[in-house]
Amino acid sequence: MKRVFVNEEHCIGCHLCEYNCAFANSGLNDMAKLKGKEIFPRIRVEGDDKITFAVSCRHCTDPICIKSCISGALSRNSEGTVEIDRNKCVGCQTCILVCPYGAIRQNGDGAILKCELCLKNDCNEPACVTGCPNRAIVYEER
Amino acid sequence: MSNKSKYVIIGNGTATVGAVEGIRSVDKNSKITVISKESYKAYCRPLISYFLEGKTNPSKMLYRNEDFYEQNNCTLLLGETAESLDSDSKTVTLKNGDKICYEKLLIASGSSPFIPKFEGIDCVPQYFNFMTLDDAYALEKAVTPQSRVLIAGAGLIGLKCAEGLAKRAGSITIFDLAPKVLSSILDNDSSEIVAKHLENNSIKLLLGDTAVKFDKNKAVMKSGAEIEFDVLVLAVGVKPNTDIFKKAGGQCERGIDVDSSMRTSLPDIFASGDCTESFDISSENVKIMALMPNAYMQGKCAGINMADGESDFSNAIPMNSIGLFGMHIMSAGSYIGDEETVKSKNGIKRFYIKDGLLKGFIIINDTERAGIYTSMIRNKMPIDCVDFDALKQTPTLYSFGKDYCKSKLGGVV
Ligand SMILES: Cc1cc2nc3c(=O)[nH]c(=O)nc-3n(C[C@H](O)[C@H](O)[C@H](O)COP(=O)(O)OP(=O)(O)OC[C@H]3O[C@@H](n4cnc5c(N)ncnc54)[C@H](O)[C@@H]3O)c2cc1C
Ligand code: SF4
Ligand code: SF4
Repeated sequence: MKRVFVNEEHCIGCHLCEYNCAFANSGLNDMAKLKGKEIFPRIRVEGDDKITFAVSCRHCTDPICIKSCISGALSRNSEGTVEIDRNKCVGCQTCILVCPYGAIRQNGDGAILKCELCLKNDCNEPACVTGCPNRAIVYEER
Repeated sequence: MSNKSKYVIIGNGTATVGAVEGIRSVDKNSKITVISKESYKAYCRPLISYFLEGKTNPSKMLYRNEDFYEQNNCTLLLGETAESLDSDSKTVTLKNGDKICYEKLLIASGSSPFIPKFEGIDCVPQYFNFMTLDDAYALEKAVTPQSRVLIAGAGLIGLKCAEGLAKRAGSITIFDLAPKVLSSILDNDSSEIVAKHLENNSIKLLLGDTAVKFDKNKAVMKSGAEIEFDVLVLAVGVKPNTDIFKKAGGQCERGIDVDSSMRTSLPDIFASGDCTESFDISSENVKIMALMPNAYMQGKCAGINMADGESDFSNAIPMNSIGLFGMHIMSAGSYIGDEETVKSKNGIKRFYIKDGLLKGFIIINDTERAGIYTSMIRNKMPIDCVDFDALKQTPTLYSFGKDYCKSKLGGVV
């Protein structure tokens, strides 16, 4: 399956991927409407002033988040994408307790948020990848 | 009636679903028979409190899709109880007299509420456990906006029950012999934070106290206090369901002994989930780890091995995340070695470090990316390979260095 991979040498730490992610999953029609709001992107940029890179769900081959979920809300689709059924999730954070990459987060007490490769929104490929100015994140088979 | 099934599973909870998925990852066709005492498809046991809160419903509580058993070609015997086991003739006998022969058997029978022998308990008009969906239905019926609810036990189950009933009941009082709440997973500081939070949410706590006697709707406490109640919930603890296995001559302490392949002492018999005890790599002790992730992972491992695949579950630790009235409480591993604490405005993180390894942690509220810590415990990553001073404040992958990040973010994991 295609996943999002990081080419950290190319990352300039601009955080655009975080905005593109938050916007793609916001249901809003204009990115400007995010202004002044706290955003909860499913990808985040880490690092220092020399090295930066973006971290999002690895869509693990043997995902511990699915094995641990107490509500059966996490599952793999036929391609291997790890999806969240936000209608089932009760927000207990067990998945946050176990994900080794810190790729899951929660906004308030509701259902958790995680990268679903933009399969459930209108983007054709992950919005973080489309918008990255420097190909520091790519969507491909490896 | 006598039946044959290559795989037979006693119990139908989380561990069973793991086992079915494990078996089917190796063997697509052979017959699987699941014996289920409860008359429901596998549901998410921890959600019974969310059900009482009105945050979920029985159809959303199913652990897997409605057609899980058909999809996996399983014969599901709902409402049937396995009564005995003969490991020589490889036969399970049901309560209704039917016999089922197996080639490989899994015992995934979970645990049962432990009922303390309180004097006068049999004369209490309404008392309940809080383990099953039927318990939740019964409480849903019994509790009215006037009900004074008394809960025995301030552990995970008692507190989740209190949260589930908070909006339904007139008042809720919890007592526990231990001097603190969540005594098995929290230290004094963090337990106090949780206790205050519960009291702020109108839960009355009586700690370090227990009932010496029940007189119908009144509990007489050791401290001398008397508590009038309408509904009593007993949540003082659980015990593994091991009877069948024990009677068959299997090796058992408090829970069924399993190795890291989930084999028991009896040939071709495996066990998984709450009914077992197994090796915790953080404390290096054998323990009961009656938690959902453990049940699934043990079940899956058992299933693969039952189908002659190869699987080893050798990095189990206790780990738990619970929400209580908007507060998040996480615990993982063992609380041994040196303590390091990070406090913030809303929360606390406490780490336990021994022999250069992170052994355990307790986190209240500052739960962001906590899995990074959990994976350090499970994978025994030496502390001196990371910048732990930075990491304990803010978990990042960056703290693990360039090579780690490259392998995790640049390749398939
Ligand atoms: C209120 C509550 C909240 C919880 N919250 C959490 C949480 O937040 N996080 C967490 O990790 N864990 C939590 N747990 C624990 C978790 O539910 C268990 O660890 C998990 O369900 C264990 O799975 P299991 O498959 O081993 O057993 P179970 O899910 O208990 O399934 C065992 C099944 O076997 C059946 N059975 C027993 N004997 C027989 C027999 N002889 N014949 C046929 N069937 C039999 C039982 O009726 C039962 O249905 C909670 C538990 C409760 C009660
Ligand atoms: S959320 Fe975490 S554990 Fe789950 S698939 Fe993604 S990276 Fe893996
Ligand atoms: S927060 Fe939601 S997805 Fe995560 S373990 Fe809990 S129920 Fe499952």
